[in-house]
Amino acid sequence: MLDNVKHIILILSGKGGVGKSTVSTQLSLALREKGYKVGLLDVDLCGPSVPYLLQLEGKDVHQAEEGWIPVYTDEEQNLAVMSIGFLLNNRNSAVVWRGPKKTSMVKQFLTDVCWGSLDYLIIDTPPGTSDEHITVMENLKNVKCDGAIIVTTPQQVSIEDVRKEITFCKKTGIPIIGIIENMSGFVCPHCSDCTNIFSKGGGESLAEMTNIPLLGTLPIDPKVGQLLGKSCVREFPDSPLSKEFNNIVNKIVST
Amino acid sequence: MPTEVPEHCPGVESENAGKASACAGCPNQTVCSSGEANQPDPGIQLVKDRLSQVENKILILSGKGGVGKSTVTALLSRSIANVDSEKNVAVLDIDICGPSQPRVLGVQDEQVHQSGSGWSPVFVEDNLSVMSIGFLLGSPDDAVIWRGPKKNGMIRQFLSEVDWGNLDYLLIDTPPGTSDEHLSAVTYLSQANLTGAIVVTTPQEVALLDVRKEIDFCFKVKIKVLGVVENMSTFVCPTCQKSSEIFPASTGGAQKMCEELGVPYLGSLPLDPRIARCCDEGKDFLTVLADSKALKASKDIVAKLLQACKDVAN
Repeated sequence: MLDNVKHIILILSGKGGVGKSTVSTQLSLALREKGYKVGLLDVDLCGPSVPYLLQLEGKDVHQAEEGWIPVYTDEEQNLAVMSIGFLLNNRNSAVVWRGPKKTSMVKQFLTDVCWGSLDYLIIDTPPGTSDEHITVMENLKNVKCDGAIIVTTPQQVSIEDVRKEITFCKKTGIPIIGIIENMSGFVCPHCSDCTNIFSKGGGESLAEMTNIPLLGTLPIDPKVGQLLGKSCVREFPDSPLSKEFNNIVNKIVST
Repeated sequence: MPTEVPEHCPGVESENAGKASACAGCPNQTVCSSGEANQPDPGIQLVKDRLSQVENKILILSGKGGVGKSTVTALLSRSIANVDSEKNVAVLDIDICGPSQPRVLGVQDEQVHQSGSGWSPVFVEDNLSVMSIGFLLGSPDDAVIWRGPKKNGMIRQFLSEVDWGNLDYLLIDTPPGTSDEHLSAVTYLSQANLTGAIVVTTPQEVALLDVRKEIDFCFKVKIKVLGVVENMSTFVCPTCQKSSEIFPASTGGAQKMCEELGVPYLGSLPLDPRIARCCDEGKDFLTVLADSKALKASKDIVAKLLQACKDVAN
Protein backbone atom coordinates (compact mmCIF):
# COMPACT_ATOMS: atom_id res chain seq x y z
CA MET A 1 0.00 0.00 0.00
CA LEU A 2 2.93 2.33 0.60
CA ASP A 3 4.69 1.52 -2.68
CA ASN A 4 3.68 4.77 -4.31
CA VAL A 5 4.57 6.97 -1.35
CA LYS A 6 7.74 8.93 -2.04
CA HIS A 7 8.52 10.19 1.48
CA ILE A 8 7.46 8.96 4.91
CA ILE A 9 8.02 11.20 7.93
CA LEU A 10 7.25 10.31 11.53
CA ILE A 11 6.38 12.97 14.09
CA LEU A 12 7.57 11.80 17.51
CA SER A 13 7.98 13.04 21.04
CA GLY A 14 8.43 11.26 24.32
CA LYS A 15 6.29 13.93 25.93
CA GLY A 16 2.57 14.56 25.50
CA GLY A 17 1.00 17.94 24.80
CA VAL A 18 4.08 19.44 23.15
CA GLY A 19 2.35 19.96 19.78
CA LYS A 20 2.94 16.78 17.77
CA SER A 21 -0.53 16.90 16.22
CA THR A 22 -0.37 20.64 15.60
CA VAL A 23 2.99 20.23 13.86
CA SER A 24 1.69 17.20 11.91
CA THR A 25 -1.44 18.97 10.67
CA GLN A 26 0.29 22.26 9.89
CA LEU A 27 3.14 20.46 8.13
CA SER A 28 0.64 18.51 6.03
CA LEU A 29 -1.29 21.67 5.15
CA ALA A 30 1.88 23.57 4.30
CA LEU A 31 3.10 20.77 2.05
CA ARG A 32 -0.28 20.79 0.30
CA GLU A 33 0.08 24.56 -0.18
CA LYS A 34 3.36 23.87 -1.92
CA GLY A 35 1.58 21.62 -4.38
CA TYR A 36 2.46 18.20 -2.99
CA LYS A 37 0.09 15.31 -2.55
CA VAL A 38 0.03 14.51 1.14
CA GLY A 39 -1.30 11.79 3.43
CA LEU A 40 -1.63 12.17 7.20
CA LEU A 41 -1.93 9.08 9.37
CA ASP A 42 -2.85 9.49 13.04
CA VAL A 43 -1.77 6.44 15.07
CA ASP A 44 -2.74 7.97 18.42
CA LEU A 45 -5.56 5.56 19.27
CA CYS A 46 -6.49 6.76 22.75
CA GLY A 47 -6.32 10.47 21.99
CA PRO A 48 -6.78 11.17 18.28
CA SER A 49 -6.60 14.93 17.72
CA VAL A 50 -6.17 15.15 13.94
CA PRO A 51 -9.88 14.97 12.97
CA TYR A 52 -10.67 17.90 15.27
CA LEU A 53 -7.65 19.95 14.24
CA LEU A 54 -8.59 19.57 10.56
CA GLN A 55 -12.33 20.02 11.15
CA LEU A 56 -13.08 16.57 9.82
CA GLU A 57 -14.99 15.21 12.81
CA GLY A 58 -17.98 13.11 11.80
CA LYS A 59 -16.53 12.16 8.41
CA ASP A 60 -16.57 8.48 7.48
CA VAL A 61 -13.92 6.17 6.16
CA HIS A 62 -15.19 3.88 3.42
CA GLN A 63 -14.22 0.31 2.92
CA ALA A 64 -13.48 -0.55 -0.70
CA GLU A 65 -12.28 -3.78 -2.19
CA GLU A 66 -8.67 -2.67 -2.08
CA GLY A 67 -8.86 -1.38 1.49
CA TRP A 68 -9.87 1.69 3.47
CA ILE A 69 -10.43 4.92 1.55
CA PRO A 70 -9.06 7.79 3.66
CA VAL A 71 -10.94 11.03 4.29
CA TYR A 72 -9.97 13.85 1.92
CA THR A 73 -9.80 17.43 3.13
CA ASP A 74 -10.27 18.95 -0.31
CA GLU A 75 -12.01 18.25 -3.59
CA GLU A 76 -8.71 17.96 -5.42
CA GLN A 77 -7.83 15.14 -3.03
CA ASN A 78 -4.43 16.57 -2.23
CA LEU A 79 -4.58 15.85 1.50
CA ALA A 80 -5.83 12.46 2.69
CA VAL A 81 -6.30 11.68 6.37
CA MET A 82 -6.74 8.49 8.37
CA SER A 83 -7.44 8.37 12.10
CA ILE A 84 -9.27 6.13 14.56
CA GLY A 85 -11.42 9.19 15.20
CA PHE A 86 -13.27 8.43 11.96
CA LEU A 87 -14.15 4.96 13.20
CA LEU A 88 -15.71 6.02 16.50
CA ASN A 89 -19.42 6.69 16.73
CA ASN A 90 -19.15 9.14 19.57
CA ARG A 91 -16.39 11.72 19.97
CA ASN A 92 -16.50 11.35 23.76
CA SER A 93 -16.20 7.59 24.08
CA ALA A 94 -12.91 6.14 25.23
CA VAL A 95 -10.89 3.56 23.34
CA VAL A 96 -9.92 1.29 26.24
CA TRP A 97 -7.56 -1.13 24.56
CA ARG A 98 -4.51 -2.98 25.73
CA GLY A 99 -1.37 -3.30 23.62
CA PRO A 100 -2.15 -6.27 21.35
CA LYS A 101 -5.38 -4.71 20.12
CA LYS A 102 -3.66 -1.37 19.52
CA THR A 103 -0.91 -3.18 17.65
CA SER A 104 -3.31 -4.83 15.24
CA MET A 105 -5.11 -1.54 14.60
CA VAL A 106 -1.87 0.30 13.85
CA LYS A 107 -0.83 -2.54 11.57
CA GLN A 108 -4.09 -2.23 9.67
CA PHE A 109 -3.60 1.51 9.34
CA LEU A 110 -0.18 0.90 7.82
CA THR A 111 -1.18 -1.89 5.48
CA ASP A 112 -4.86 -1.45 4.58
CA VAL A 113 -5.29 2.22 3.69
CA CYS A 114 -5.46 3.10 -0.03
CA TRP A 115 -3.34 6.21 -0.08
CA GLY A 116 -2.76 6.06 -3.83
CA SER A 117 0.32 7.93 -4.95
CA LEU A 118 1.62 10.44 -2.42
CA ASP A 119 4.58 12.77 -2.23
CA TYR A 120 4.54 12.76 1.56
CA LEU A 121 3.02 10.56 4.24
CA ILE A 122 3.15 12.18 7.68
CA ILE A 123 2.60 9.85 10.65
CA ASP A 124 1.43 11.47 13.90
CA THR A 125 2.10 9.37 17.01
CA PRO A 126 1.05 9.30 20.68
CA PRO A 127 3.63 10.13 23.37
CA GLY A 128 5.90 7.36 24.64
CA THR A 129 8.01 4.49 23.39
CA SER A 130 5.63 1.58 23.53
CA ASP A 131 3.22 -0.55 21.49
CA GLU A 132 2.18 1.98 18.83
CA HIS A 133 5.77 3.08 18.23
CA ILE A 134 7.27 -0.40 18.14
CA THR A 135 4.58 -1.51 15.69
CA VAL A 136 5.14 1.45 13.39
CA MET A 137 8.88 0.81 13.35
CA GLU A 138 8.45 -2.91 12.68
CA ASN A 139 6.06 -2.33 9.81
CA LEU A 140 8.14 0.39 8.21
CA LYS A 141 11.26 -1.77 8.21
CA ASN A 142 10.80 -2.83 4.62
CA VAL A 143 9.61 0.54 3.39
CA LYS A 144 11.82 3.52 2.75
CA CYS A 145 11.18 5.90 5.65
CA ASP A 146 12.85 9.31 5.53
CA GLY A 147 13.01 9.57 9.27
CA ALA A 148 11.53 11.20 12.32
CA ILE A 149 10.96 14.76 13.37
CA ILE A 150 11.14 15.17 17.14
CA VAL A 151 8.91 17.79 18.75
CA THR A 152 9.67 19.19 22.19
CA THR A 153 8.95 22.18 24.39
CA PRO A 154 11.90 23.99 25.99
CA GLN A 155 11.59 22.87 29.60
CA GLN A 156 13.70 20.10 31.11
CA VAL A 157 10.75 17.93 32.09
CA SER A 158 9.95 17.63 28.40
CA ILE A 159 13.56 17.35 27.18
CA GLU A 160 14.07 14.45 29.56
CA ASP A 161 11.31 12.40 27.92
CA VAL A 162 12.45 13.43 24.46
CA ARG A 163 15.96 12.12 25.14
CA LYS A 164 14.36 8.72 25.70
CA GLU A 165 12.58 9.03 22.35
CA ILE A 166 15.91 9.78 20.65
CA THR A 167 17.39 6.65 22.22
CA PHE A 168 14.38 4.75 20.88
CA CYS A 169 15.08 6.03 17.35
CA LYS A 170 18.73 5.06 17.60
CA LYS A 171 17.91 1.58 18.89
CA THR A 172 15.34 0.92 16.19
CA GLY A 173 17.51 2.40 13.46
CA ILE A 174 15.27 5.23 12.39
CA PRO A 175 17.11 8.34 11.18
CA ILE A 176 16.23 11.65 12.86
CA ILE A 177 15.59 14.54 10.47
CA GLY A 178 15.67 17.14 13.20
CA ILE A 179 14.19 18.71 16.31
CA ILE A 180 11.43 21.32 16.43
CA GLU A 181 11.16 23.34 19.63
CA ASN A 182 7.54 24.38 20.12
CA MET A 183 5.99 26.87 22.58
CA SER A 184 9.26 28.75 22.87
CA GLY A 185 8.15 32.16 24.06
CA PHE A 186 4.96 34.10 24.40
CA VAL A 187 4.75 37.70 23.26
CA CYS A 188 2.24 39.52 25.48
CA PRO A 189 -0.42 41.05 23.22
CA HIS A 190 -0.74 43.99 25.64
CA CYS A 191 2.85 45.09 26.19
CA SER A 192 4.76 43.04 23.54
CA ASP A 193 7.13 41.74 26.17
CA CYS A 194 8.22 38.15 25.57
CA THR A 195 7.90 35.66 28.42
CA ASN A 196 9.47 32.23 28.21
CA ILE A 197 6.57 30.42 29.82
CA PHE A 198 8.07 26.98 29.45
CA SER A 199 11.67 28.14 29.88
CA LYS A 200 13.94 28.61 26.85
CA GLY A 201 16.82 27.15 24.90
CA GLY A 202 16.00 23.52 25.67
CA GLY A 203 15.68 22.50 22.03
CA GLU A 204 18.95 24.15 21.12
CA SER A 205 20.93 22.52 23.92
CA LEU A 206 19.32 19.16 23.15
CA ALA A 207 20.32 19.52 19.49
CA GLU A 208 23.89 20.32 20.51
CA MET A 209 24.10 17.51 23.00
CA THR A 210 22.75 14.88 20.60
CA ASN A 211 24.22 16.23 17.37
CA ILE A 212 20.82 16.43 15.74
CA PRO A 213 19.90 19.48 13.65
CA LEU A 214 17.49 21.99 15.20
CA LEU A 215 14.93 22.69 12.46
CA GLY A 216 13.51 25.73 14.21
CA THR A 217 11.88 27.19 17.30
CA LEU A 218 8.19 28.07 17.19
CA PRO A 219 6.81 30.77 19.50
CA ILE A 220 3.50 30.32 21.34
CA ASP A 221 0.68 31.81 19.31
CA PRO A 222 -2.84 31.13 20.63
CA LYS A 223 -4.23 31.74 17.12
CA VAL A 224 -2.69 28.50 15.85
CA GLY A 225 -4.88 26.33 18.03
CA GLN A 226 -7.92 27.88 16.41
CA LEU A 227 -6.92 27.50 12.78
CA LEU A 228 -8.91 24.25 12.53
CA GLY A 229 -8.10 23.02 9.06
CA LYS A 230 -6.50 26.21 7.78
CA SER A 231 -2.81 26.58 7.17
CA CYS A 232 -0.88 29.11 9.28
CA VAL A 233 1.50 29.96 6.45
CA ARG A 234 -1.49 30.90 4.33
CA GLU A 235 -3.74 32.59 6.93
CA PHE A 236 -1.16 34.85 8.54
CA PRO A 237 2.02 34.56 6.49
CA ASP A 238 3.69 37.53 8.16
CA SER A 239 3.49 36.36 11.77
CA PRO A 240 6.80 35.31 13.34
CA LEU A 241 5.40 31.82 13.84
CA SER A 242 4.43 31.33 10.19
CA LYS A 243 7.77 32.63 8.94
CA GLU A 244 9.63 30.22 11.18
CA PHE A 245 7.30 27.39 10.24
CA ASN A 246 7.81 28.09 6.55
CA ASN A 247 11.59 27.89 7.08
CA ILE A 248 11.15 24.55 8.79
CA VAL A 249 9.02 23.19 5.95
CA ASN A 250 11.60 24.32 3.40
CA LYS A 251 14.32 22.52 5.33
CA ILE A 252 12.24 19.34 5.44
CA VAL A 253 11.47 19.47 1.72
CA SER A 254 15.10 20.02 0.79
CA THR A 255 16.43 17.06 2.79
CA MET B 1 2.00 -13.58 29.62
CA PRO B 2 2.71 -15.14 26.22
CA THR B 3 4.24 -12.75 23.73
CA GLU B 4 3.35 -14.85 20.70
CA VAL B 5 -0.33 -15.71 20.66
CA PRO B 6 -2.21 -17.48 17.84
CA GLU B 7 -3.99 -15.06 15.53
CA HIS B 8 -7.50 -16.05 16.64
CA CYS B 9 -6.67 -16.66 20.31
CA PRO B 10 -10.01 -16.57 22.18
CA GLY B 11 -8.26 -15.00 25.20
CA VAL B 12 -7.52 -16.68 28.52
CA GLU B 13 -10.70 -15.34 30.13
CA SER B 14 -12.89 -16.92 27.45
CA GLU B 15 -14.98 -20.05 27.96
CA ASN B 16 -13.36 -21.43 24.84
CA ALA B 17 -9.85 -20.92 26.18
CA GLY B 18 -7.77 -23.91 25.15
CA LYS B 19 -10.72 -25.41 23.26
CA ALA B 20 -11.01 -23.25 20.13
CA SER B 21 -9.58 -24.42 16.83
CA ALA B 22 -6.95 -21.66 17.03
CA CYS B 23 -5.63 -23.21 20.25
CA ALA B 24 -4.39 -26.33 18.49
CA GLY B 25 -0.63 -26.30 18.68
CA CYS B 26 -0.42 -23.37 21.09
CA PRO B 27 2.09 -24.14 23.87
CA ASN B 28 -0.39 -22.81 26.45
CA GLN B 29 -3.29 -24.98 25.34
CA THR B 30 -3.19 -27.32 28.34
CA VAL B 31 -2.98 -24.49 30.85
CA CYS B 32 -5.89 -22.68 29.19
CA SER B 33 -8.18 -25.69 28.83
CA SER B 34 -7.62 -26.67 32.48
CA GLY B 35 -9.12 -23.34 33.54
CA GLU B 36 -6.01 -22.45 35.50
CA ALA B 37 -5.33 -19.39 33.40
CA ASN B 38 -8.77 -18.04 34.14
CA GLN B 39 -8.08 -17.61 37.84
CA PRO B 40 -8.02 -14.04 39.13
CA ASP B 41 -4.55 -12.53 38.96
CA PRO B 42 -2.78 -13.29 42.28
CA GLY B 43 -1.38 -9.76 42.06
CA ILE B 44 -4.78 -8.34 43.02
CA GLN B 45 -4.60 -9.97 46.45
CA LEU B 46 -0.95 -8.95 46.89
CA VAL B 47 -1.81 -5.32 46.11
CA LYS B 48 -4.75 -5.44 48.48
CA ASP B 49 -2.51 -6.72 51.29
CA ARG B 50 0.28 -4.29 50.59
CA LEU B 51 -1.97 -1.24 50.46
CA SER B 52 -4.15 -2.18 53.41
CA GLN B 53 -2.34 0.42 55.50
CA VAL B 54 -2.98 3.17 52.96
CA GLU B 55 -6.02 5.25 53.82
CA ASN B 56 -6.70 7.08 50.55
CA LYS B 57 -5.59 6.00 47.11
CA ILE B 58 -6.05 8.58 44.39
CA LEU B 59 -5.33 8.27 40.66
CA ILE B 60 -4.28 11.39 38.75
CA LEU B 61 -5.54 10.98 35.21
CA SER B 62 -5.83 12.86 31.95
CA GLY B 63 -6.49 11.66 28.44
CA LYS B 64 -4.14 14.37 27.20
CA GLY B 65 -0.39 14.61 27.66
CA GLY B 66 1.44 17.69 28.87
CA VAL B 67 -1.53 19.20 30.72
CA GLY B 68 0.26 19.05 34.06
CA LYS B 69 -0.64 15.71 35.63
CA SER B 70 2.80 15.41 37.20
CA THR B 71 2.90 19.06 38.26
CA VAL B 72 -0.56 18.84 39.82
CA THR B 73 0.38 15.55 41.50
CA ALA B 74 3.50 17.15 43.00
CA LEU B 75 1.62 20.29 43.98
CA LEU B 76 -1.19 18.38 45.70
CA SER B 77 1.09 15.94 47.49
CA ARG B 78 3.44 18.66 48.70
CA SER B 79 0.47 20.72 49.88
CA ILE B 80 -1.20 17.85 51.73
CA ALA B 81 2.09 16.91 53.38
CA ASN B 82 2.71 20.54 54.29
CA VAL B 83 -0.73 21.27 55.78
CA ASP B 84 -0.40 18.54 58.39
CA SER B 85 3.00 17.08 59.27
CA GLU B 86 1.25 14.14 60.93
CA LYS B 87 -0.12 12.97 57.60
CA ASN B 88 2.00 10.64 55.51
CA VAL B 89 1.83 11.17 51.77
CA ALA B 90 3.38 9.25 48.89
CA VAL B 91 3.53 9.55 45.13
CA LEU B 92 3.68 6.55 42.81
CA ASP B 93 4.66 7.38 39.23
CA ILE B 94 3.35 4.72 36.83
CA ASP B 95 4.33 6.62 33.69
CA ILE B 96 6.77 3.96 32.54
CA CYS B 97 7.93 5.56 29.28
CA GLY B 98 8.12 9.15 30.51
CA PRO B 99 8.61 9.33 34.28
CA SER B 100 8.70 12.94 35.51
CA GLN B 101 8.27 12.70 39.28
CA PRO B 102 11.96 12.27 40.20
CA ARG B 103 12.77 15.60 38.54
CA VAL B 104 9.64 17.47 39.59
CA LEU B 105 10.07 16.47 43.23
CA GLY B 106 13.80 17.23 43.13
CA VAL B 107 15.10 13.73 43.89
CA GLN B 108 16.46 12.92 40.46
CA ASP B 109 19.77 11.42 41.50
CA GLU B 110 18.44 9.26 44.31
CA GLN B 111 18.26 5.49 44.19
CA VAL B 112 15.78 3.04 45.57
CA HIS B 113 16.93 0.23 47.81
CA GLN B 114 15.56 -3.23 48.14
CA SER B 115 15.10 -4.74 51.57
CA GLY B 116 13.36 -7.77 53.03
CA SER B 117 10.07 -5.90 53.18
CA GLY B 118 10.22 -4.63 49.61
CA TRP B 119 11.46 -1.58 47.74
CA SER B 120 12.08 1.46 49.92
CA PRO B 121 10.72 4.61 48.30
CA VAL B 122 12.73 7.82 48.07
CA PHE B 123 11.89 10.46 50.69
CA VAL B 124 11.39 14.07 49.59
CA GLU B 125 10.29 15.28 53.02
CA ASP B 126 9.86 13.46 56.31
CA ASN B 127 6.27 12.69 55.39
CA LEU B 128 6.47 12.62 51.59
CA SER B 129 7.93 9.70 49.63
CA VAL B 130 8.00 8.77 45.96
CA MET B 131 8.55 5.75 43.73
CA SER B 132 9.18 5.90 39.98
CA ILE B 133 10.81 3.85 37.25
CA GLY B 134 13.06 6.88 36.82
CA PHE B 135 15.04 5.70 39.85
CA LEU B 136 15.73 2.37 38.20
CA LEU B 137 17.24 3.74 34.98
CA GLY B 138 20.98 4.07 34.58
CA SER B 139 20.94 7.29 32.57
CA PRO B 140 18.38 9.93 31.59
CA ASP B 141 18.85 8.77 27.99
CA ASP B 142 17.71 5.23 28.75
CA ALA B 143 14.46 4.51 26.94
CA VAL B 144 11.98 2.00 28.27
CA ILE B 145 10.89 0.35 25.04
CA TRP B 146 8.30 -2.04 26.39
CA ARG B 147 5.04 -3.36 25.08
CA GLY B 148 1.98 -3.57 27.32
CA PRO B 149 2.51 -6.86 29.21
CA LYS B 150 5.96 -5.83 30.44
CA LYS B 151 4.64 -2.46 31.60
CA ASN B 152 1.87 -4.26 33.45
CA GLY B 153 4.39 -6.42 35.29
CA MET B 154 6.24 -3.31 36.41
CA ILE B 155 3.05 -1.64 37.65
CA ARG B 156 2.11 -4.77 39.54
CA GLN B 157 5.50 -4.71 41.23
CA PHE B 158 5.15 -1.03 42.07
CA LEU B 159 1.75 -1.59 43.61
CA SER B 160 2.58 -4.76 45.49
CA GLU B 161 6.26 -4.50 46.42
CA VAL B 162 6.94 -0.96 47.62
CA ASP B 163 7.30 -0.68 51.36
CA TRP B 164 5.29 2.50 51.94
CA GLY B 165 4.62 1.96 55.61
CA ASN B 166 1.48 3.62 56.97
CA LEU B 167 0.13 6.19 54.55
CA ASP B 168 -2.74 8.62 54.66
CA TYR B 169 -2.61 9.50 50.98
CA LEU B 170 -1.13 7.70 47.98
CA LEU B 171 -1.30 9.73 44.77
CA ILE B 172 -0.75 7.70 41.62
CA ASP B 173 0.52 9.71 38.65
CA THR B 174 -0.31 8.13 35.27
CA PRO B 175 0.71 8.53 31.63
CA PRO B 176 -1.80 9.99 29.15
CA GLY B 177 -4.32 7.68 27.53
CA THR B 178 -6.73 4.90 28.40
CA SER B 179 -4.64 1.82 27.84
CA ASP B 180 -2.39 -0.72 29.53
CA GLU B 181 -1.09 1.34 32.45
CA HIS B 182 -4.57 2.54 33.34
CA LEU B 183 -6.28 -0.81 33.01
CA SER B 184 -3.55 -2.51 35.02
CA ALA B 185 -3.68 0.03 37.81
CA VAL B 186 -7.47 -0.23 37.99
CA THR B 187 -7.41 -4.04 37.87
CA TYR B 188 -4.75 -4.41 40.56
CA LEU B 189 -6.48 -1.82 42.76
CA SER B 190 -9.91 -3.41 42.26
CA GLN B 191 -9.90 -5.03 45.71
CA ALA B 192 -7.80 -2.37 47.39
CA ASN B 193 -10.47 0.25 47.92
CA LEU B 194 -9.45 2.92 45.42
CA THR B 195 -10.77 6.28 46.62
CA GLY B 196 -11.18 7.82 43.19
CA ALA B 197 -9.54 9.85 40.45
CA ILE B 198 -8.61 13.44 39.85
CA VAL B 199 -8.71 14.43 36.19
CA VAL B 200 -6.39 17.18 34.96
CA THR B 201 -7.04 19.19 31.82
CA THR B 202 -6.16 22.46 30.09
CA PRO B 203 -8.91 24.78 28.80
CA GLN B 204 -8.75 24.26 25.04
CA GLU B 205 -11.01 21.89 23.10
CA VAL B 206 -8.22 19.71 21.74
CA ALA B 207 -7.37 18.75 25.34
CA LEU B 208 -10.98 18.49 26.53
CA LEU B 209 -11.67 16.12 23.66
CA ASP B 210 -9.24 13.59 25.10
CA VAL B 211 -10.18 14.32 28.70
CA ARG B 212 -13.85 13.54 28.02
CA LYS B 213 -12.63 10.13 26.83
CA GLU B 214 -10.75 9.69 30.10
CA ILE B 215 -13.86 10.51 32.12
CA ASP B 216 -15.79 8.03 29.96
CA PHE B 217 -13.07 5.50 30.89
CA CYS B 218 -13.70 6.24 34.59
CA PHE B 219 -17.42 5.67 34.08
CA LYS B 220 -16.77 2.43 32.20
CA VAL B 221 -14.45 0.93 34.82
CA LYS B 222 -16.46 2.45 37.69
CA ILE B 223 -13.92 4.78 39.24
CA LYS B 224 -15.32 7.71 41.16
CA VAL B 225 -14.24 11.04 39.68
CA LEU B 226 -13.32 13.13 42.72
CA GLY B 227 -13.05 16.18 40.52
CA VAL B 228 -11.49 17.97 37.58
CA VAL B 229 -8.63 20.46 37.84
CA GLU B 230 -8.14 22.94 35.01
CA ASN B 231 -4.48 23.82 34.64
CA MET B 232 -2.82 26.64 32.63
CA SER B 233 -6.04 28.61 32.48
CA THR B 234 -4.92 32.23 32.20
CA PHE B 235 -1.50 33.75 31.89
CA VAL B 236 -0.64 36.98 33.67
CA CYS B 237 2.20 38.85 31.98
CA PRO B 238 4.92 39.48 34.57
CA THR B 239 5.71 42.83 32.92
CA CYS B 240 2.30 44.47 32.54
CA GLN B 241 0.21 42.24 34.84
CA LYS B 242 -2.49 41.89 32.18
CA SER B 243 -3.88 38.45 31.49
CA SER B 244 -4.04 36.53 28.23
CA GLU B 245 -5.44 33.17 27.28
CA ILE B 246 -2.69 30.98 25.89
CA PHE B 247 -4.93 27.95 25.46
CA PRO B 248 -8.31 29.63 24.83
CA ALA B 249 -11.38 27.89 26.21
CA SER B 250 -13.32 28.09 22.96
CA THR B 251 -15.86 25.54 24.16
CA GLY B 252 -16.37 26.74 27.74
CA GLY B 253 -13.35 25.07 29.33
CA ALA B 254 -13.34 22.52 32.13
CA GLN B 255 -16.22 24.04 34.06
CA LYS B 256 -18.69 23.57 31.21
CA MET B 257 -17.39 20.05 30.54
CA CYS B 258 -17.95 19.16 34.20
CA GLU B 259 -21.53 20.41 34.01
CA GLU B 260 -22.16 18.38 30.88
CA LEU B 261 -20.71 15.19 32.29
CA GLY B 262 -21.96 15.62 35.85
CA VAL B 263 -18.57 15.48 37.58
CA PRO B 264 -17.27 17.93 40.24
CA TYR B 265 -15.13 20.85 39.14
CA LEU B 266 -12.40 21.51 41.70
CA GLY B 267 -11.02 24.75 40.30
CA SER B 268 -8.49 26.20 37.92
CA LEU B 269 -4.80 26.97 38.23
CA PRO B 270 -3.45 30.02 36.40
CA LEU B 271 -0.39 29.58 34.20
CA ASP B 272 2.61 30.76 36.19
CA PRO B 273 5.93 30.30 34.33
CA ARG B 274 7.72 30.09 37.67
CA ILE B 275 5.95 26.81 38.38
CA ALA B 276 7.39 25.28 35.21
CA ARG B 277 10.82 26.46 36.35
CA CYS B 278 10.30 25.00 39.83
CA CYS B 279 9.41 21.66 38.25
CA ASP B 280 12.54 21.71 36.10
CA GLU B 281 14.69 22.46 39.10
CA GLY B 282 12.80 20.26 41.53
CA LYS B 283 12.27 23.10 43.98
CA ASP B 284 9.47 23.17 46.50
CA PHE B 285 6.77 25.49 45.11
CA LEU B 286 5.38 26.10 48.57
CA THR B 287 8.49 27.88 49.80
CA VAL B 288 9.75 29.41 46.55
CA LEU B 289 6.43 30.67 45.22
CA ALA B 290 4.44 31.45 48.34
CA ASP B 291 3.00 34.58 46.67
CA SER B 292 1.89 32.87 43.45
CA LYS B 293 -1.77 33.08 42.47
CA ALA B 294 -1.55 29.49 41.30
CA LEU B 295 -0.61 28.40 44.81
CA LYS B 296 -3.47 30.36 46.33
CA ALA B 297 -5.84 28.66 43.90
CA SER B 298 -4.36 25.29 44.75
CA LYS B 299 -5.19 25.71 48.46
CA ASP B 300 -8.86 25.78 47.61
CA ILE B 301 -8.47 22.72 45.38
CA VAL B 302 -6.63 20.81 48.11
CA ALA B 303 -9.38 21.62 50.63
CA LYS B 304 -12.05 20.37 48.22
CA LEU B 305 -10.05 17.23 47.50
CA LEU B 306 -9.57 16.38 51.18
CA GLN B 307 -13.29 16.88 51.74
CA ALA B 308 -14.12 14.64 48.77
CA CYS B 309 -11.86 11.91 50.24
CA LYS B 310 -13.64 12.21 53.57
CA ASP B 311 -17.02 11.96 51.87
CA VAL B 312 -15.97 8.77 50.13
CA ALA B 313 -14.67 7.28 53.38
CA ASN B 314 -17.97 7.92 55.12
